[in-house]
Amino acid sequence: MRNHVWRPLYVVLFIVAVVLLVRKVYVPKDFGIQDRGYMYGFHRLGSEADWKAFPVKYRSTEYCRDCHSDKYNELKQSPHAVIPCEDCHGPAMNHPDDPPTLTIDRSRKLCIRCHARLPYPGSGRANIPGIDPETHNPGAECVLCHYPHDPRREAKK
Amino acid sequence: MMNRRDFCKKSVLLFGTLAVPLAAFELFDPTSLLAEKNDGKEVRWGFLVDTEKCVGCGFCVKACKIENEVPYNADVSRTWVERYVVTKDGKTHIDSPKAARDGFTTEKIALGEGKFLDIKPDDIAKGFFVPKLCNQCDNPPCVQVCPVGATYQTKDGVVLVDRTWCIGCGYCIMGCPYGVRFFHPVYHVAEKCTFCYHRITKGMKTACVNACPFGARQIGNLKDPDDPVTRTIMTERVNILKEEYGTKPQVFYLGLTKEVR
Ligand code: HEC
Ligand code: HEC
Ligand code: HEC
Ligand code: HEC
Repeated sequence: MRNHVWRPLYVVLFIVAVVLLVRKVYVPKDFGIQDRGYMYGFHRLGSEADWKAFPVKYRSTEYCRDCHSDKYNELKQSPHAVIPCEDCHGPAMNHPDDPPTLTIDRSRKLCIRCHARLPYPGSGRANIPGIDPETHNPGAECVLCHYPHDPRREAKK
Repeated sequence: MMNRRDFCKKSVLLFGTLAVPLAAFELFDPTSLLAEKNDGKEVRWGFLVDTEKCVGCGFCVKACKIENEVPYNADVSRTWVERYVVTKDGKTHIDSPKAARDGFTTEKIALGEGKFLDIKPDDIAKGFFVPKLCNQCDNPPCVQVCPVGATYQTKDGVVLVDRTWCIGCGYCIMGCPYGVRFFHPVYHVAEKCTFCYHRITKGMKTACVNACPFGARQIGNLKDPDDPVTRTIMTERVNILKEEYGTKPQVFYLGLTKEVR
């Protein structure tokens, strides 16, 4: 047969060869069908390890216990016992190495997340004593009058 | 020349041999037995949300955003809390301003674009909060639609996204019936709740479970019958979201009502 009939075939073969080569170089070795089969498990296995290596920031309340035992004990005997320290003070990360201190948020916003009165008797919100932020001593920080680690007490002056 | 007796004997032998399954020739493998014995150690992560306990403080959303480095002020979040207010005339009002990152601090329902709706307390039939997150479905539709194998399900049932492999086509975002996926504003790839895979695989709770003061969020191993989450799911009246889609969600809810979508 004449050359011009074969030429497109060579082009196609060349393209296929290039695609296969690129695939060989570009697709990682651990890419394939993993535990959950072709439909749900087709992926690069190393990605799971990537996600596992993500840095942890929140360390939980027990982490604070040894160094801040005074605050820990006060809080655990108070009506606020259920609130994790890190909700109010932010993530511990590697505190006290980095950061050396944690945030101290004295804003009213922190407290009214739970204490703004909402008229929903069927929800858990009804079990928390509510105030109207617009009439309950507006403008003043809550912690001027209430001690956050034991709200039954007046604030330490 | 074969006589009839030989012919019968040989045919029985031949068909008898053919009938023995190939599996009979497989050598006994002790590791397979061990695997069966270890069944109790297998993990399938499941989540339990108790909507009765949620107070709408939003500490879970705050913790999730910080823990997982989702830009704090961007209007996207891996988890969020919805407020449902059902009025006596049968209307349902739903809002979740800033994904409830700062909690619910006012009675006014956010309508978006800076508009608010005031509802008189006397008109309210019921009001409650519903935390939402990825359902880590057993049949994840978001995984099926991925054209490049960038999103997948791990052996323990968590659906993850490979950030180096995602091409940002957005099919999975469209495919999720629960709307839990979005584009990450920094990496520009599909982003979703990972059940804090970096925490649960180290024996910690997820950031949102850790942050919830009231136990409205819990995570557990559905393959362990003694796990408190599993026990609640087996014995209490739990419900799932959008059952009709057949996605088999692994996030279970206590106290759902028909208004919750
Ligand atoms: C290894 C010991 C250690 C642990 C664990 C620890 N801290 Fe601290 N923390 C310190 C030290 C030391 C300081 C600095 C004290 C100072 O400057 O007065 C500090 C300072 C702080 C401050 C600021 C105090 C101030 O007066 O400015 C806060 C808030 C705080 N820690 C909260 C926490 C919380 C919440 C946790 C648990 C998540 C925690 N810490 C865990 C040692 C610790
Ligand atoms: C309800 C929110 C809340 C919780 C929960 C909470 N704190 Fe605080 N914390 C505050 C506020 C607000 C202040 C600032 C008080 C002030 O200035 O009067 C503070 C101050 C502090 C300080 C430094 C100031 C001082 O009084 O010495 C430390 C240290 C501290 N908290 C540690 C802890 C630890 C540890 C826990 C957990 C056991 C915890 N906090 C739980 C809100 C909270
Ligand atoms: C996570 C939700 C939450 C946050 C945030 C919170 N509280 Fe509370 N607060 C509670 C709960 C729960 C109770 C106890 C309800 C009960 O059992 O009576 C309570 C009780 C109180 C009480 C009543 C104590 C009594 O029994 O006399 C005061 C006052 C109070 N909190 C002040 C504050 C202040 C000030 C802040 C901010 C620093 C704050 N709360 C932040 C949940 C919260
Ligand atoms: C000027 C001081 C002052 C400030 C500021 C203040 N309170 Fe109070 N608060 C009081 C006093 C006094 C009471 C008790 C008398 C009463 O019920 O009004 C009280 C009562 C409460 C109660 C009700 C406790 C119960 O048992 O029912 C809550 C909850 C509360 N405050 C939360 C807050 C929060 C949240 C803030 C900040 C947004 C705040 N307070 C700011 C002085 C203050």
